[in-house]
Amino acid sequence: MTLSARFRPRGGLSLWLGAVLVAALIAAALLSLIWTPYPPTAIDIPHKLAPPSAAHWFGTDNLGRDVASQILVGSRVSILVGVIAVGIGLAFGIVLGLIAAFSKGLVEDGLMKLSDFVFAFPALLLAIMLTSTFGPGVVNAIIAIGIYNVPIIAKLTRATANGVLSREYALAARAAGRGSIAIAIDHVLPNIAPALIVQATIQFAIAILAEAALSYLGLGAQPPETSWGKMLADAQNVLYNAPRLALYPGIAIALSVLGLNLLGDGLRDALDPKLRARS
Amino acid sequence: MSEGPLLEVSSLVKTYRSPGVGPFARKNARPALAGVSFSIEQGRSFGIVGESGSGKSTLARIALALDRPDSGGVRLQGRSLFDLPRRELRATRAHMQMIFQDPYGSLDPRQRVEKIVAEPLAALGGVSRAERQGRVRASLEAVGLKASDASKHPHEFSGGQRQRIAIARALITRPRLVVADEPVSALDVSVQAQTLNLMSDLEREAGVTFLLISHDLAVVAHICETTAVMYRGRIVELGETAAMFAKPAHPYTRELVDATPRLDRPTHAPLEQDAPIVAALVERGDEVNDRVYKLGATEPRQGQASRAETADGCPYVSRCAFARPRCREEAPVLETKDGGGRKVACHFPLD
Amino acid sequence: MLLEVSELAVDVATRRGFQRVVDRTSFSIAEGEGLGMVGESGSGKTMTALALMGLTPEGARVSGSIRFEGRELVGLEEDAMRQLRGDRIAMIFQEPMTALNPLRRVGAQVAEPLMLHRALSKREALARAVQLLEHVRLAEPERAARSYPFALSGGERQRAMIAMAIGCSPRLVIADEPTTALDVTVQARILALIDGLRSESKMAIVLVSHDLAVIAGHCDRVIVMYAGVIMESGPVEAVLREPRNPYTLALLEARPGPGAPRGARLKTIPAAPAVAQGNSEGCPFAGRCALTIDICRKVTPPEVAFGAGHISRCHRAGEVGLAR
Repeated sequence: MTLSARFRPRGGLSLWLGAVLVAALIAAALLSLIWTPYPPTAIDIPHKLAPPSAAHWFGTDNLGRDVASQILVGSRVSILVGVIAVGIGLAFGIVLGLIAAFSKGLVEDGLMKLSDFVFAFPALLLAIMLTSTFGPGVVNAIIAIGIYNVPIIAKLTRATANGVLSREYALAARAAGRGSIAIAIDHVLPNIAPALIVQATIQFAIAILAEAALSYLGLGAQPPETSWGKMLADAQNVLYNAPRLALYPGIAIALSVLGLNLLGDGLRDALDPKLRARS
Repeated sequence: MSEGPLLEVSSLVKTYRSPGVGPFARKNARPALAGVSFSIEQGRSFGIVGESGSGKSTLARIALALDRPDSGGVRLQGRSLFDLPRRELRATRAHMQMIFQDPYGSLDPRQRVEKIVAEPLAALGGVSRAERQGRVRASLEAVGLKASDASKHPHEFSGGQRQRIAIARALITRPRLVVADEPVSALDVSVQAQTLNLMSDLEREAGVTFLLISHDLAVVAHICETTAVMYRGRIVELGETAAMFAKPAHPYTRELVDATPRLDRPTHAPLEQDAPIVAALVERGDEVNDRVYKLGATEPRQGQASRAETADGCPYVSRCAFARPRCREEAPVLETKDGGGRKVACHFPLD
Repeated sequence: MLLEVSELAVDVATRRGFQRVVDRTSFSIAEGEGLGMVGESGSGKTMTALALMGLTPEGARVSGSIRFEGRELVGLEEDAMRQLRGDRIAMIFQEPMTALNPLRRVGAQVAEPLMLHRALSKREALARAVQLLEHVRLAEPERAARSYPFALSGGERQRAMIAMAIGCSPRLVIADEPTTALDVTVQARILALIDGLRSESKMAIVLVSHDLAVIAGHCDRVIVMYAGVIMESGPVEAVLREPRNPYTLALLEARPGPGAPRGARLKTIPAAPAVAQGNSEGCPFAGRCALTIDICRKVTPPEVAFGAGHISRCHRAGEVGLAR
């Protein structure tokens, strides 16, 4: 697939497509804050299970609620989950990873073994454990997913930080007399940022999927909250009558995850060559 | 001028424990430095020549207190580096800086040149922004770059220019000692010459003394008055550079000198000229290491080398064409032979 | 003539289009001859070596003519080229660690060309491989053959690579900086080994190096390259004792020599070595050259002959500094 040089962006088609899809996701979420076609929770039994029409673009669900509005609100939940869960992962993961990389020895080994331990739990199992202990709901689902992100980011941070620390410019900084914190801020973070950004977009996608799974299982969004996962769960009951009710949230999830993955791939290509720049 | 030596290194020992498995574990712990001592006078640049495994890079790092030795010490202008509290050590670093081999790896690709060159100042602290900019400009100009280069990134420069940036960085705190670890090895010949000229100029004009580490004898001979030859963690010969390379006393130094390709004389097959000497020794009844000679031009396998060394003898014994029984049993000590400034660690130095 | 190269040009694909890295070079090698190729980075020497083997990178365009044993190699189908490689033409690379497969035993790798080109069975090939390892003076050849590359030292790996290259008695061996990554004492032994092998089997060698002194000691003729162009070529003695090209002279003078007073200023060439310009007008060294005159920038310098095959491409070849 070759586009003419003028249109070929760094990072290629992935970056463009990904950016477009993610932008659409964000736009939907922002839009839902100020306007939806109908109140998403407005129940309208007489018009339940209506097919798509001018009045209801995606039709209505088994309680007469407008599906399009629910999709819009669901996007808000997905973004929220993604941002906060990944944010938790980055905040704690980067700190732990840096501590591991700079401390070396037992501290490094200990932290990594701990990460492996948390990592070894199937993500969903961990989330289920946490939500069943602390109660279901979107907030707890976010925390659970966030906790799962920490070891992933920590391991990545440690690995890339070690890579930077083994480069001569890190040794030069030490020889110049800089302390560890100064080196971490001035040299390590800027150089590992691209890898972290790419991983963050991937974790974002996973967070959306995880939230959908949890909500589907009834552990995430509780009524009247709604999310794409919950829409899938509700659609299960009327699958034979109106399979489209599963299709809309399903496609929304798929497009969001696809967009984030493409964005991650594209970013990886776009950011790496600049780093490896050699005249 | 006579304030005592600039740098004094005493009996440095450093062993890296590589994770060996089972009964071979101890054999893997070959000392990177097995007791190295020398001193550098202010104004007399000092060279260290050695091949891989000689320990020269380890020595460079320990001399700058970037690594701790297992035993032994380093004194800079009389102060023992490893006894200093951390803060004072950081302050002392202003007096000793380093230039690395890889002009591509030693500069952070994401920083602008200004920040890179000013880094030692950032470590010192207490330098105003205006002063910092002024010193960066002065440093860049001193190495033949332009003040406007400060706002560029490393990838906009060639290898030789990057090495100049590294030198500018090393000079900014006006250090007395600059350790240069293979500063020109990665550069093209024409660029090497420019860099060596720059280093000579800086020696004269900025009062910098170099500790120059290289595998290339010609480079070391160009800058350093005194040179030490290292082999497997030990200094085997030390003396005035030109005289030492013209008439080496230690067989390893001679091997190095002979092996260095030169335009003005054909390179001999190694050990070829030793044949008559070896023959004479054998005739005399000396048990010479003629196994090395008979093997022709092989080099000892890694395994063989370490086996010979765990014994107490000379580390060069497995490669030395003139080794006698005493060499296998007793390690020679670095000492002055027949007066003069030359020190050799050999029981039977060449004459 | 074993090898005749004529107007060889290599263009490499970059983001900004094609970049010419070898600019219409011509040279030849006779049976058993040692030709040195010297140049700095960007000179095109490595790309020339790769072009001879048909190993230029993906997307590179090779034009001109390479006649090996009378056969045209430029444009040859990959299958035919593969039959030649390892059999009639072999290559030794700079980094033995990356040129040898770290996951296969050394003996198996040395045996591979023998199985491919001589149709030996695995057992026969391995036995011959051990012989070859002994021939290149590896201590304990059977043990070396059973080892993996990481167990050998740099010099030993390079000997193994040489063994792999000479296994089928090639007529031409191309050695691309074979000793640059090695210690100097090891380098001396490896070069002596190569000399010995050459005189035994009369194989020709192309020795690519940035080090003039290495070439001086081990080659019969030399080609000096700059920015993809051959600046000077001829018998080693003649070129190095009486260089007729300012670039060659500059290279010789830039090297810190033994016996020169310590701290003496080396004569340097301003700025950095250039990459091939691809614009066919003028001399690539114009501007950096101390002897530059107007015509140097405008007209490609002609080849000036100095007898015994000594050629210099320079407008002022006759005025270049006298014998060293």
